[in-house]
Amino acid sequence: MDVQVIIDNLPLYLQGLRTTIVLVFASLVVGLLLAIPIALLASSKSKWISALPKAYIYFFRGTPLLVQMFMIYHGMGQFEAVRESFLWVIFQQAWTCALVAFALNTAAYTGEILRGTIEQTPYGEVEAAKSCGMSNAQIYRRIILPSTFRRALPAYGNEVIFMLHGSSLAGLITIVDLFGAAKIVNARNFVPFESFIAAGIFYLAITFMIVWGFKKAEHHWHAYLRPRES
Amino acid sequence: MAAPALKVEDIHKSFGTIKVLRGISIEAYEQDVISILGSSGSGKSTLLRCINLLETPTAGKVFVKGELIKMQEMRSGERKAADRKQVERIRSKLAMVFQQFNLWAHMTVIQNVMEAPVNVLKISKADAKERAEKLLQRVGLYEHRNYYPAHMSGGQMQRAAIARALAMEPDMLLFDEPTSALDPELVGEVLKVMRDLAEEGRTMLVVTHEMGFARDVSSRVIFLDEGLVVENGPPKQVFEHPKSDRFREFLVGAF
Repeated sequence: MDVQVIIDNLPLYLQGLRTTIVLVFASLVVGLLLAIPIALLASSKSKWISALPKAYIYFFRGTPLLVQMFMIYHGMGQFEAVRESFLWVIFQQAWTCALVAFALNTAAYTGEILRGTIEQTPYGEVEAAKSCGMSNAQIYRRIILPSTFRRALPAYGNEVIFMLHGSSLAGLITIVDLFGAAKIVNARNFVPFESFIAAGIFYLAITFMIVWGFKKAEHHWHAYLRPRES
Repeated sequence: MAAPALKVEDIHKSFGTIKVLRGISIEAYEQDVISILGSSGSGKSTLLRCINLLETPTAGKVFVKGELIKMQEMRSGERKAADRKQVERIRSKLAMVFQQFNLWAHMTVIQNVMEAPVNVLKISKADAKERAEKLLQRVGLYEHRNYYPAHMSGGQMQRAAIARALAMEPDMLLFDEPTSALDPELVGEVLKVMRDLAEEGRTMLVVTHEMGFARDVSSRVIFLDEGLVVENGPPKQVFEHPKSDRFREFLVGAF
């Protein structure tokens, strides 16, 4: 074990760590913002309304994230219309391509989690809200969504961890995230085991924080689901 | 004479080919406490749910304080409320208490009671809190105000649901089998609250299997059978001199 190589390259790893965190966080925020309307439309009783979001979810869950990212990073530049439009600002850079791919991907998974929990909202609670004279918008804002987000927490925690690990694909398109940093360290020093286990330890550490954060959040938001503490 | 608090005119309701209500007309005046009886499947819950449009009647009219609830026919032939704002306004004046309580599980008791007054009636949080605390005191749940519904007994949940309904300061209370999901020992505490409300002069429509409540508390008893009104009158008259054999049979089964 050549620990010294890792210590010498710590600044590179920390840079990668920062990139990974920023990339994952930004993807999750954009993804969640997209997931909410996707879930609301997908849970519609009307087939016409739910067809498109359901097709979206099917496509992004049905193809590998790597394929999606390559289509966006390598594929988009192929079209002249894209190169000449304002979209080129996004698609010419690896970083923004990765962000778009990750956000669209997590939006599909998160959308599906939320669709399930929206549809499982106890109907009696919705009827009670109706019988009080709440409008549809109020029923969603005050009853269905708050209840949905709480029940979706454990599944969403899983998705966040998934997104973190999926983000390592960014290292394949020139981005120096944790995985990208490990690749560079390995290429320079040819110590593959040390290079990648170091990245792995960082991923473990972030995962630990995510798990801890969700545990705290569940403790707070799931008080109503637990047996009463005496 | 003032318009009745509620007037239901020739209501029909079908689910697919099943005719649940087959032409029901009833009137309720202020301070009436009307018990609606009937065996299961007789349409009594459906009738109640047609009043605040949780179900849309297939045909017929509903007037609340003389105001007709506007309905329109869709291309599919089904009807739906024509004016959503009107329905929301009328619902806020007709509070409903459900068999399964239907409290909002993610809110504490006091949040449940404050929710609609703040968001529908738009009163201030401070006023809503004061109102909620008074009502919870009244139904004996002040100590439990910060409990979540899942942490209470069925009787407590139903009393919380009654407090939630009262917080709207409704013109009329609709009870849909409020004690049917409760353990026998817990029925009494809910009935006591309902008796108090009746004595206070509240207008109430109560779908129930509690014969004692129907006989002793209500001002009128309506008995439904197969989607039609079979008996309609003061409890003394209906219980002692029923017009129909069907109600006699029902009474034999009930006691």
